[in-house]
Amino acid sequence: MREVAVIGVGMTKFGELWDTPLRDLFAIASANCIEDSGVERDRIQSAYIGCMSSGLFNQQEHLASILCDYAGLAGIAATRVESACASGGLAFRSAYLEVASGASDFVLAGGVEKMNDGADATFCLASAADQEYEVYHGITFPGLYAMIAHAHMAKYGTTSEQLAHVAVKNHRHGAKNPNAQFPMEITLNTVLNAVRVASPLGLFDCSPVTDGGACVMLCPVEEAKKLGKPIIKVIGSGHATDSIALHDRPDLTTIPVVKAAAERALAQAKIGIKNVDFCEVHDCFTIAELCCLEELGVFERGQAAQATVDGATSLDGKMPVNTSGGLKSKGHPVGATGIAQIIELVEQLTGKAGARQLLSPSIGLAQNMGGSGGSSTVHILEVS
Amino acid sequence: MITPRYHREIPQRYRLEAGKCTGCGKVHFPPRRVCKECFGREFETVTMPTMGKVLTYTVIDIPPAEFDNLKPYVVAIVELENGVRLTCMVAEAPPDKVEIGTKVEMIYRRLQTGREWEVLQYGYKARVI
Amino acid sequence: MYGIVGYGSYVPRFRIKAEDIANQWGTDPEAYKRGLLLEEKTVPGPDEDTITISVAAARFALARAGIDAKEIGACYIGSESHPYAVKPSGTVLIDAIGAGPECHVADFEFACKAGSEAMYVAYSHVKSGEMKYAMGIGADTSQGAAGDALEYTASAGGAAFIMGSDNVAAEIVHTYSYTSDTPDFWRREGEFYPRHAGRFTGEPAYFHHVMNATNGILERSSMKAEDFRFAVFHMPNGKFPLRAGKMAGFKQEQLEQGWIVNLMGNTYSGSSPTGLAACLDVAKPGDQILVTSFGSGAGSDSFIIRCTKHISEIQDKAPKVRDQLATGRIYLDYGKYVAYRGKIRTNLL
Repeated sequence: MREVAVIGVGMTKFGELWDTPLRDLFAIASANCIEDSGVERDRIQSAYIGCMSSGLFNQQEHLASILCDYAGLAGIAATRVESACASGGLAFRSAYLEVASGASDFVLAGGVEKMNDGADATFCLASAADQEYEVYHGITFPGLYAMIAHAHMAKYGTTSEQLAHVAVKNHRHGAKNPNAQFPMEITLNTVLNAVRVASPLGLFDCSPVTDGGACVMLCPVEEAKKLGKPIIKVIGSGHATDSIALHDRPDLTTIPVVKAAAERALAQAKIGIKNVDFCEVHDCFTIAELCCLEELGVFERGQAAQATVDGATSLDGKMPVNTSGGLKSKGHPVGATGIAQIIELVEQLTGKAGARQLLSPSIGLAQNMGGSGGSSTVHILEVS
Repeated sequence: MITPRYHREIPQRYRLEAGKCTGCGKVHFPPRRVCKECFGREFETVTMPTMGKVLTYTVIDIPPAEFDNLKPYVVAIVELENGVRLTCMVAEAPPDKVEIGTKVEMIYRRLQTGREWEVLQYGYKARVI
Repeated sequence: MYGIVGYGSYVPRFRIKAEDIANQWGTDPEAYKRGLLLEEKTVPGPDEDTITISVAAARFALARAGIDAKEIGACYIGSESHPYAVKPSGTVLIDAIGAGPECHVADFEFACKAGSEAMYVAYSHVKSGEMKYAMGIGADTSQGAAGDALEYTASAGGAAFIMGSDNVAAEIVHTYSYTSDTPDFWRREGEFYPRHAGRFTGEPAYFHHVMNATNGILERSSMKAEDFRFAVFHMPNGKFPLRAGKMAGFKQEQLEQGWIVNLMGNTYSGSSPTGLAACLDVAKPGDQILVTSFGSGAGSDSFIIRCTKHISEIQDKAPKVRDQLATGRIYLDYGKYVAYRGKIRTNLL
């Protein structure tokens, strides 16, 4: 396998982009990315684009072709990748494997989701759960994580106030991100007094409904050197699946697929989680961030909540988590999220993260989840 | 839901029929074609017990459109007496009557009403004993 | 000996008080409660209908009968609120309880008499020797227009009866029907609520048929009111069955056990069957019960039932009517009630 680098990034602003159709989200993100990479258009051989549900949100399938057409890339090999909310992370892994294998040199990994287009977002998102044995019985996505939260509360004494700290922290980070959908700070009371969505989760425990596109360019490290780019190397790529029905998991407070994906990525990188300087994790709901951190081994089980309250995951903490604002503040256009996480790693590792810049980090980790833990990817990037 | 899928799922939705692996004894609900435990492919049909307890739950305040007339409603993961778990609505539950460990029985209710031109859909829910 | 080998009743948990309905319309609650002799009524949950009520009652009947559902040769649901205009309720029932596919299934409709019709036909099959067991069910989620007098009474519930010849718990000794074309209450295709002919529903309809059926069966069986421990008459409100019972010579104590209307309302096709179930819940071997149903349009079925020693063995195997009426009640306010009954327009499904 060849060593692979990320040499360009681009994204749209995340938010309710009423004037931007689905196809333009990728056009804008990919054009920004190609410009950032400095790679000539005709050298791009292939693209993998993550999108969860353009069929339900926009009644548009056959997505890779139309997106590449409107991006001025008609003719390249293009593949739409779907793994619910992990579609972006999986698109990145697919692109990484194509470059690492030697099959192609310049490959785009993109992600898009146009969620504000008139469809019932609750219904569309629920299709990431087991349609016949979960969704059919009235569960929603917030509801699945709410059931995890209740189990976590019962087992570890986790409280709604601790969950609220996750949201407050991510909004504090997101307030420094110009691409974030909700770049404003919030208070604990805002979270705790918000309208209930699925108890114990309220509106501010949930990531928003977002339109957005994101794109990165991958190539062999050797080509990146020739282009004179800073070398942001992909040192680990892990992917795992699990049953998508929550009730089939032995322990309802855990999301084992995250641990499985992380172990694979860390093994490939030949490092431990202690060597990671910061991470982006899949905080689709406040409880999810805590579970993910416990699966990644950043904290012992049941410890992530108090660690968050104590500031361990803030910009100045021992493990800054979701420096971008996370899904909570930056927004969660589901197919684009996994790519946007990679972009945050690249910006931090290249010192381009602006007001939220960490002090010279060298290794970052991005964890992107599908559904309530039916799939997850973990990627580890290092600046050399 | 389209009629063929509804019709196909009647044994599990109406009568809680599960598939028991003849190789290792694992009970699968819904029935599967390949055993998750031993990779076996032979199953016998067994009917699940109707008593169980709540392992975790939530109160849905913002449902998808087809459940809007029931809000707020409780959904739970229920463990039946044979250890099999399933996700279902807890009918008639005032939200404060359900917690982890609450004992429930499985009952038969209309699960989805759909629009006037669609078939009515029936199956299992839980109810606090 | 032919008769009931198992029975089951089902009472929904939701209730609305008569005074909450009266207050909604600015009328005097006490006048209505006195006039109808009714405190409250059952309301079906938003996920309940004639099919789910039938399934619940049938499962309890099977539990009492202790038989394999596959042995049931016929299943009939009598109701005036079958969920489909076209498509049987009974097919859903048999697949839910595990009866069939070798089973004769039909839905019956005869206003409030459909349940006793189903019992009548099921009994006849068994008596003819055509099949070992047959089940008749009366169940309804009755409709009554908002603001109409029917709104105080139209309720939900039902009872199922498995007829057979082995281990009969309550022998059906006599049957008798009395029917004529009497348009006192009706609903045409496409109409949401039924219409009634006001006081015409009384003497020429209810009392004429109920009294003729009751007197007819007593005459044919050479029995008298004092031969019975219990008597049940269809309960469109609290007053009619008590008056009919007294006209036929029954005393208050014979009428009380099956008179569930004050707490349950009028469950239409489920009314007299559920009243019968309430009597079977407490009957002793040898007790005799008279049941007369009434269905608008109009007709009455009468049954004379005699309990055997087996009745005591099955009573505790499933929930009893009065226990269900007394426990687990969830009271609705008028707003929630009309929402559950689909009486208000929303953007919901």
